[in-house]
Amino acid sequence: MIPAVEIINVARRFGAVQALAGVDLVVEPGEFFGLLGPNGAGKTTLISVLAGLTHADAGTTRVLGHDVVDDYRNARRLLGVVPQELVFDPFFTVRETLQIQSGYFGLRDNGAWIDEILHHLDLTARADDNMRALSGGMKRRVLIGQALVHKPPVIVLDEPTAGVDVELRQSLWTFIRKLNRDGHTIILTTHYLEEAEALCGRIAMLKAGQIVALDTKRNLLSSFAGITVRLAAAALPAAWEPRVVRRDEGSYLLSLGDYADLEHLLAAMREAGIVVEELALQEADLEQVFLRIMARHS
Amino acid sequence: MIPAFGSGWFALLYKELLRFWKVSFQTILAPVLTALLYLLIFSHVLESRVSVFDGRVAYTAFLIPGLVMMSVLQNAFANSSSSLIQSKITGNLIFVLVTPLSPLDLFAAYVLGAMVRGIAVGLGVFLVTGWFAPLSLAHPLWALAFALLGSAILGTLGLLAGIWADKFDQLAAFQNFLIMPLTFLSGVFYSIRSLPPFWQALSHFNPFFYMIDGFRYGFFGLSDVAPATSLAVVAVFCLGLTALTLLVLRRGYKLRH
Repeated sequence: MIPAVEIINVARRFGAVQALAGVDLVVEPGEFFGLLGPNGAGKTTLISVLAGLTHADAGTTRVLGHDVVDDYRNARRLLGVVPQELVFDPFFTVRETLQIQSGYFGLRDNGAWIDEILHHLDLTARADDNMRALSGGMKRRVLIGQALVHKPPVIVLDEPTAGVDVELRQSLWTFIRKLNRDGHTIILTTHYLEEAEALCGRIAMLKAGQIVALDTKRNLLSSFAGITVRLAAAALPAAWEPRVVRRDEGSYLLSLGDYADLEHLLAAMREAGIVVEELALQEADLEQVFLRIMARHS
Repeated sequence: MIPAFGSGWFALLYKELLRFWKVSFQTILAPVLTALLYLLIFSHVLESRVSVFDGRVAYTAFLIPGLVMMSVLQNAFANSSSSLIQSKITGNLIFVLVTPLSPLDLFAAYVLGAMVRGIAVGLGVFLVTGWFAPLSLAHPLWALAFALLGSAILGTLGLLAGIWADKFDQLAAFQNFLIMPLTFLSGVFYSIRSLPPFWQALSHFNPFFYMIDGFRYGFFGLSDVAPATSLAVVAVFCLGLTALTLLVLRRGYKLRH
């Protein structure tokens, strides 16, 4: 089967910054795929290479077998991109925006699908309003609509829910899930890791332009066999510092191998005369996996 | 009602036309009024003092084709340059760049959009100013050829300026320090025969001079340079700029990083 997206040894440098350092990635058709990483990891650059917005210095990128450089017309017809920035053209109404975007792909008689998009994105009542009159959340919905007007089999969502309220976020994911069920491949980048955990079947984690983890969500979570302890204390014995994955004022999140480790930690704190003010055990979740992997590659 | 689109470039052309039509007070009526003011002031002051083409053409009549062509050129430039830089700065250019539109599609849509606006404004100036002097179109096809080529050249220059400029200030510099001087020093308000020899010779290096002079030939059958020479200069300039712009678009200069 032809992969939905195939990225082979892609590199891109901006001045002194190596934004992408030989990324290899294959996304299969029908997947709901998560692309995670801290700010500056290279997620948006990778998406830009895929969409033809950025030229790679090296490597090959294909969308359903079509090279994004040599066969860009077909590659772009198969791809829909929701950009991270909240951008819009202030001259046009919502419907005009979608009709014009549809026209760029040479589509005729696309009104029925545009009506369906407007309905699913809860924009029907605002279809004839100028883009300037919409709230931020509504503008973001139009961005999603623009990425879908040509019914692309592969949809890339770059931080689609940033600044979107909870209710809208839920309805948005219901729609995106429906698209995924209908066979669309979804590639999602998000800073809301609980969203990625709830939606994505497979996840890649990027750091400093390299993929540092790539596996199914299940495998990533199960690989995290240890336990996580959140404790509030004035200090921590120095020997336990390497186990800290996150530190807030007077509070530590530690990654431990097992419960025997916890026993040793508490003993060490008693011995050092440090009072544990609060202690809670946490289930392994994607955020902890993410933090641990990022810490491992720092 | 938005018509069905036949192909991608036509949708972009439609967007370009709709964009300036929605602000037609600013994009069409305002430049027509500006040209009318130029005519009223210059013709009032200079009609009895300036002799052009050895007195065979009244100054006001001489001025009108110059103002029409100047409006065509300036508005064609304004359309493509402002559209592109606004899209770049607001970021909505991404919606064009992620589509299958080729460099030629982008070029055709932006330049044709600019030509339509330039010629629409020129037509408006012609209709409004034509009341002030008896005018005839001695060679309408010559006038049409220069209007089309001139607007295409300025539309292309606008596209290049919009691609090159990163901020409105840079675009304004391009417009005010290159386009405006070349337009004003091209013989819109005077015949270059009235200039000293040095400035006459220098005018021949200004491609805008050939556009205005050739366009004026279409009205009076009189010109400072043979119209075929002007047409050749303008056509070669247009082809050269087109080739350069297509190369810039193909490379994605300042558009695709």
